[in-house]
Amino acid sequence: MSDTFFSGAPHWTWFIIPYFYVGGLAGGAYFLAAILAWFGKPEDRPVVRAGYDVAAVGAIFSGLLLTVDLGQPLRFWHMLFQSENFPAVMFKAWSPISFGAWAILLFGLFSVLSALGARAEEGRLQNAALRAVGGVVRGGLAKLVSGVGGILGFFVAGYTGVLLSVTNRPIWADSPWLGALFLVSGASTGAAMLILLAPGRGAAQRSLEWLSSFDTRALVLELLVLALFLISLGSINRVWLSFWGLVLLVGVVGAGILAPLRLHAKPAQAARLVLLGGFLLRLATMLASEGIDRYRVAAGM
Amino acid sequence: MAEALGFFTDTTVCIGCKACEVACKEWNQLPAENGGVGTLSGDSYDNTRRLDGIHWRHVRFIEQFKGPYDGRWLMMSDVCKHCVQAGCLEVCPTGAIIRTEFDTVVIQSDVCNGCRACIAACPFGVIDINPVSGTAQKCTLCYDRLKVGLEPACSKACPTDSIQFGPITELRQRAQKRVEQLRAQGTKADLYGADPNGALGGLNSFYLLVDKPEVYGLPKQPQLPTRNLSKTAGFSVASAAVLGVLALVGLRKHRMDDMGGPGGGGGGGGGGGQN
Ligand code: SF4
Ligand code: SF4
Repeated sequence: MSDTFFSGAPHWTWFIIPYFYVGGLAGGAYFLAAILAWFGKPEDRPVVRAGYDVAAVGAIFSGLLLTVDLGQPLRFWHMLFQSENFPAVMFKAWSPISFGAWAILLFGLFSVLSALGARAEEGRLQNAALRAVGGVVRGGLAKLVSGVGGILGFFVAGYTGVLLSVTNRPIWADSPWLGALFLVSGASTGAAMLILLAPGRGAAQRSLEWLSSFDTRALVLELLVLALFLISLGSINRVWLSFWGLVLLVGVVGAGILAPLRLHAKPAQAARLVLLGGFLLRLATMLASEGIDRYRVAAGM
Repeated sequence: MAEALGFFTDTTVCIGCKACEVACKEWNQLPAENGGVGTLSGDSYDNTRRLDGIHWRHVRFIEQFKGPYDGRWLMMSDVCKHCVQAGCLEVCPTGAIIRTEFDTVVIQSDVCNGCRACIAACPFGVIDINPVSGTAQKCTLCYDRLKVGLEPACSKACPTDSIQFGPITELRQRAQKRVEQLRAQGTKADLYGADPNGALGGLNSFYLLVDKPEVYGLPKQPQLPTRNLSKTAGFSVASAAVLGVLALVGLRKHRMDDMGGPGGGGGGGGGGGQN
C-alpha cells in the first residue's frame, strides 16, 4: 500500500474544486489571448478581448473562492505578507500554495489591466479613472502585459495540479503528471469558453476556426497526459474502482474528450462538453482522494 | 537551541486507559466532539478513532483477533511526531508553523489562516481544523508547559510510563535498551522514527512497535511533500511548451492557408516568398 494512504484529507472540496476549474480556464483563456495578441492579426482582436475578459472575471472569482474557503478568510493576506512583521513579504519558493497565492494575485492584476486596455480600445469605458488606466495599456505596453500575463495564466492553470502533488495524499502525490494534466485541461477549457463567448464579441470566422483546431489538439494532448497520469499511478489505480472512476471514464474521457473530438464539426456543442469534462476532471481527482480516510485505511476498512 | 526534547512511546506497556488523551484535552482546553454526546465507532472499542484539530492525542486500539480465544490487543498513544524535517512546516504559506527552541513543531493559531495545506502535507495524518478557532491545530508538545519547566500533560498523566518525555538523545538510549530486553525475551520489537539518519531526519516523537508500522496506521517510509516538486513542475512546463507550439503551428497554418489560397496550406516554409 502506498504510504500516502496514511495521511489526512484537507477537505478541499466545494470551493476549491470550482477554484481549480475557474483558475485553469481563466489561465488558458488568457494564454490564448496573449498568443493572438502577439502573433495574430487585427481580425483576431475580438477573441483577444474576450480572452482578457474571461481571464479577469475568472481571476477575481478564483481569488474570492480561495478566500472564502479559508478557515479564517480575513487572514487571507497572511499568505502574502508576514502577519507579525508587515510589510515583509511572505514567500516560499518551494511551497506551491505560497507561490500560487502570489501568482493568482499577479495574474488578477495583469488580466484586469489587459481587460481595461481592451475595453479602452473599444471605447467602452465610462468611468474616467478606468479609462485613464485602460488608455495607458496599449501598443507595446499592452503586448508586454499580455506576454507576462500569458505566462502567469499558464502558471495559475498548472500550479493547482502541482499543489496537489506536493502533499502526501493518495493519487495526488502518487503521480508527477497532475500539474501537466490540469494545465492542458485549463488550455482546452479556456479555448472552449472562447469558442462559446467570442462570436458574441464579433469574432472572425478564421479566429474561431483557429480556436477549434487548437482545442482539438489540446484534447488529444489531454488524453495522452491522462493516460500517462493513470499509468504512473500503478497499483493506486484501484481507487478508481469507485463512483469517481466512473466519472473519470464516462464524464472526463467519454463526454469531455472523445465526444468533442468526434463533434468537431459542431464547435459550440463540442465546447460545452469540453467545459463539462474539465470540471469533472477536477471533481473526480479531488474527491477520489478526499474520500480516503487514514483511520479507515489503518483499520482495513 | 536548547536540547531537543520529545517523546518515546513504548507501546508494549500501554494499557489503553486514555489518561493521556484526557490530560491533553483538559490542559489544552480542547472542546468536546458532537456537543459532548458520545458517538460510538461501532467497529472498535476505540471511539476516538483519529487525531484531528480537537484530538491532539489519540490512543489507537489495534484489535487483532482471529477467533474468540486467539488474538491480541495492540495499543499505541499516537501524537504529532515533531519531525526533524516536517512536511507541515515546509508547505505552510503563512509561516504559522514554526520550529521552537526545543526542536518541536508548533502551529501559531493567531497566524494560521486555515488554508489546510499542512493537513495534506503531514505524512501521518496528524493535523486538522479545530472548528472553534477555524485554524489548523495539533499537539504543541505542551510548549507553554516546557517554557516553565513542566513536562507535557500526557506523559505526566501516563500511569505506565508508556509515554516518556525527555531529551531525545537520552530517550534513544533508553529505547534501545528496552528493544534489547524485549528481544531477549523473544518478543519482536523495533523502533520507529528513532534513527536520526532515517526518514525525515528522525522523529522527535518516536515509537517502539511490535508489528509492522502499517498495522499501527504509520507509513513505512514517510517523506516530505516537496519530493514531487521538481518533477511535477518540470512536466507542467514541458506541457505548456507543447501547447505553445501547438497554438503557433495552428496560427502558422492559417496564415499559409490565407496566403496560398485553397490548397496552399501544404508543407514547411513554402509560402514564405509572398511576404
Ligand atoms: S507529524 Fe505531521 S504535524 Fe507533526 S511535525 Fe511531522 S509533519 Fe508536522
Ligand atoms: S492551515 Fe494554517 S498552519 Fe496549516 S498550512 Fe495553512 S496557514 Fe499553515
